[in-house]
Amino acid sequence: MKPEPNDVILHTVTKIASIIIFTFSIDLFWAGHHYPGGGFIGGLTTAAGIVLLYLSFDIEKIRKNLPIDYKKMAALGVLISVFTGLVGMIYGDNFLEQAFGYFNLPVFGKTELATAVLFDIGVALAVIGTAVTIITSISEDEL
Amino acid sequence: MSLFHMILLLPFIAAIFVPIIYKKLNSTFHTGWYVILVPFIIFVYFLKHIPAIANGETIYLSMSWIPSLDINFDVYLDGLSLMFGLIISGVGTLVVMYSIFYMAKEREALHNFYIYLLMFMGAMLGLVCSDNVLVLYTLWELTSVSSFLLIAYWYERKRSRTGALKAMLITVFGGLAMLAGVIMLAIINDTYSLQEIMANVENIHSHSLFIPAMALILLGAFTKSAQFPFSIWLPDAMEAPTPVSAYLHSATMVKAGLYLVARMSPIFGGSSIWFWLVAGIGIITLIYGSIRAVRQTDLKALLAFSTISQLGLIMSLLGVGSAALTSGIGDSKEIFAFAIFAALFHLFNHSTFKGLLFMVVGIIDHETGTRDIRRLGGLMAIMPITFTIALIGSLSMAGLPPFNGFLSKEMFFTGMLTASDNPIFGFNGLTKLFPFIAWIASVFTFIYCFMLFVRPFFGTFHPERLPKEKTHEAPIGMLLPPTILGILVVLIFFVPNLLATYIIKPALVAVVPSVSATHKLFEIKAWHGVNTELLMTIGVIIFGLLLFYSIKKWNIAFRIYPEKLSLNYLYNAGMEGMEQRFASFTNRYMTGSIRHYLLYILIFITVVQISSLIIFDGLKLDLSSNADYSIYDVGILVAMVIAALTTLFTTNRITAIVALGAVGYLVMMLFVIFRAPDLALTQMVVETATTVLFLLCFYHLPKLGKKLEKMKFKLVNLLISICVGITVTLMTLSASGHKLFTPISEFFENAYELAGANNIVNAILVDFRGFDTMLEIAVLLIAGIGVYTLIKLRPKGSEYDET
Repeated sequence: MKPEPNDVILHTVTKIASIIIFTFSIDLFWAGHHYPGGGFIGGLTTAAGIVLLYLSFDIEKIRKNLPIDYKKMAALGVLISVFTGLVGMIYGDNFLEQAFGYFNLPVFGKTELATAVLFDIGVALAVIGTAVTIITSISEDEL
Repeated sequence: MSLFHMILLLPFIAAIFVPIIYKKLNSTFHTGWYVILVPFIIFVYFLKHIPAIANGETIYLSMSWIPSLDINFDVYLDGLSLMFGLIISGVGTLVVMYSIFYMAKEREALHNFYIYLLMFMGAMLGLVCSDNVLVLYTLWELTSVSSFLLIAYWYERKRSRTGALKAMLITVFGGLAMLAGVIMLAIINDTYSLQEIMANVENIHSHSLFIPAMALILLGAFTKSAQFPFSIWLPDAMEAPTPVSAYLHSATMVKAGLYLVARMSPIFGGSSIWFWLVAGIGIITLIYGSIRAVRQTDLKALLAFSTISQLGLIMSLLGVGSAALTSGIGDSKEIFAFAIFAALFHLFNHSTFKGLLFMVVGIIDHETGTRDIRRLGGLMAIMPITFTIALIGSLSMAGLPPFNGFLSKEMFFTGMLTASDNPIFGFNGLTKLFPFIAWIASVFTFIYCFMLFVRPFFGTFHPERLPKEKTHEAPIGMLLPPTILGILVVLIFFVPNLLATYIIKPALVAVVPSVSATHKLFEIKAWHGVNTELLMTIGVIIFGLLLFYSIKKWNIAFRIYPEKLSLNYLYNAGMEGMEQRFASFTNRYMTGSIRHYLLYILIFITVVQISSLIIFDGLKLDLSSNADYSIYDVGILVAMVIAALTTLFTTNRITAIVALGAVGYLVMMLFVIFRAPDLALTQMVVETATTVLFLLCFYHLPKLGKKLEKMKFKLVNLLISICVGITVTLMTLSASGHKLFTPISEFFENAYELAGANNIVNAILVDFRGFDTMLEIAVLLIAGIGVYTLIKLRPKGSEYDET
């Protein structure tokens, strides 16, 4: 049996860094409408953060604390994107026609709401799900 | 989207919820009770339309689908579509009800079964109501696919799989031929709408594509309706669960070919080739099917051949009737149209009694455990209700009164006599054969119908021959659907003209538009006085009974027929030969070595791109419009070259991976300098993810070392890499050197007005080119699942494990 590796520094850094990465990725996602960012980048950053967790702690521990089936997440993402496209059809628009508008919301004030964001959520979920699925399945492969 | 569209799409929509219901409620609730609502609602919807359609109205509703390609989900409801719609939804309701008792919820994968069934139902309904030929074709293929899935429902059995494959290969082959046919038809008329094509029938007959289009469309119809020689798939399709056989392979799907022939009759009818092909193939199929049916010992196989034979009967009537569409035949128009009338009437009747018979066979199989007539016998006392229903169905199919089969069988004889008495399209002698063949086939039909109820129900009961211990009558739920059909069979005999007025005649007008449906000829009567038809029927009964009781004496004659000449043998030999040839051909270039595959791809890219650059004179090096480059650009470039070379020449794999990552990050820096933050961000994140991936794979890879590679091997690699490098460089330079069109980017600059977004890149991704993104993430998902299955679902310790 191998001795337990002593990686206190890695663990400590990961704990702080992963929070920063996740926060940053959420920011990237929301910024996407007007500034650099968006679903793909935000999603991939999140995936990178998750992979960092997997790398520094072991897979079993993370799986216990973050019980997400990433395959289902990816499928859910694709479904969300398809369904937001379908919603427009009910109102007689074309498939995937996006709408946006400006609303006065409490707390936020005048805010722009766009259906494209929903579509983007789908993209982000699909990207996170697929990336993590691929990386974990390769890393778990015992050969 | 209209209510009619919604109704047609209802089966697909309902199918989405089947897995959820199955998963949540299966322990207490049979999923079939949910599914049965779908055909029932559709049936009621179609019932509501009967009065209007019987008045001669038609419904045409348009829904744009791919307007730029002229493909629209246009639906058209006339008498013919309505009749099929009623059969599909009506028999569908009964079959689903039957399946609730046939398919035990404890054992079967019901969600699969009902999803396939609903998929088929939706496809079939759409098929008969679609006006756009391409939509019709798509749904046509979807019925083949769902039939494949249903035949292979018990996929762990080898016979189910081969049967499914056979059905699929033959029907899809026909479907593809039909696609070519309908495209030709569309070329002739420059429209995909069936109604518009029918509006200009005159131009079609003289067109050079007329005969090819007709032949190809008929190929589709013949394969689907199991006409000779494509009939071999239907007996093998009997591996499907019995409700499926009752529904798809007797009542509905196999009638799609008949529907197509009837639907296309106004277009092709009146041509002599159409007449001879449809009537000729139909009558050959009729006699082939009925003779083969007598030989069968499996009840379901017997029914399969009888279905083939009956389909041939209807097909031949449609062929004879098509003469009614010849221009300028005056009074004979109604006489020939009577054949179509008979065809439609028999089609309806066949759906009732054949659906019934399949359900009865299913009951026998379910209660005794076998369908082999050599083991069965004496069931009459044990299953009296089943016996009564079977008797009704068999006698109706045999053409005896007082059942609806008698009426349509007499009308069939009339139709065939018409063909021989009113020679048209030359070959007078040949049409004289029609009534004769029809009569012989009817004798055999009579024999197998008698076998169907005499063998299992009469004689002595041998419980020791049956797999199941206790044999008893089926549950009421299983008996109810065939009983309803049985009541219909009898009812139609007594009030045939009610059915004719409301359903058959409107359908007749749809096939032969110019005929007057009120003509006194189209009055169904059970008693015509003593005429040829009645004498033919009496002859059938006498000879049928004689031959039935002497069957052991002449049955040996079948054994003389050599197996090598059978259609099945041809099919099997052909399939094997093809598989071997293609396997040996494919193995020549699919070597399993990634290097070879990369070589193919790279050489192909180089050759195609360089040659097209040269042929179209696209090579252009124009550096005048290039921006100035700064010291940073040069620095990054030099670093990139160094990193790339390091990747090549290092002997340590980790160094190679890090160097490759460095190239990626340097590219990212270039993006930053060129002020493309989105690209830079993406590049950075992708590069990170790929590096991690590489590091993970690295764990599995052998050490890099001094490999003993031959000089030739290295030279080829070098040559290819240089070629690819040059190609890409030339392409990039030429692309920026040409300014052929106004750049598309100006459109995207209005992103804020168009999509409310300041970030153009993201607006393109989620809005302007949303479809691309959607498909891309779908591909991403597929790739992810692919990797997962390749790694996780690999059989342990198999030969594919390579270390």
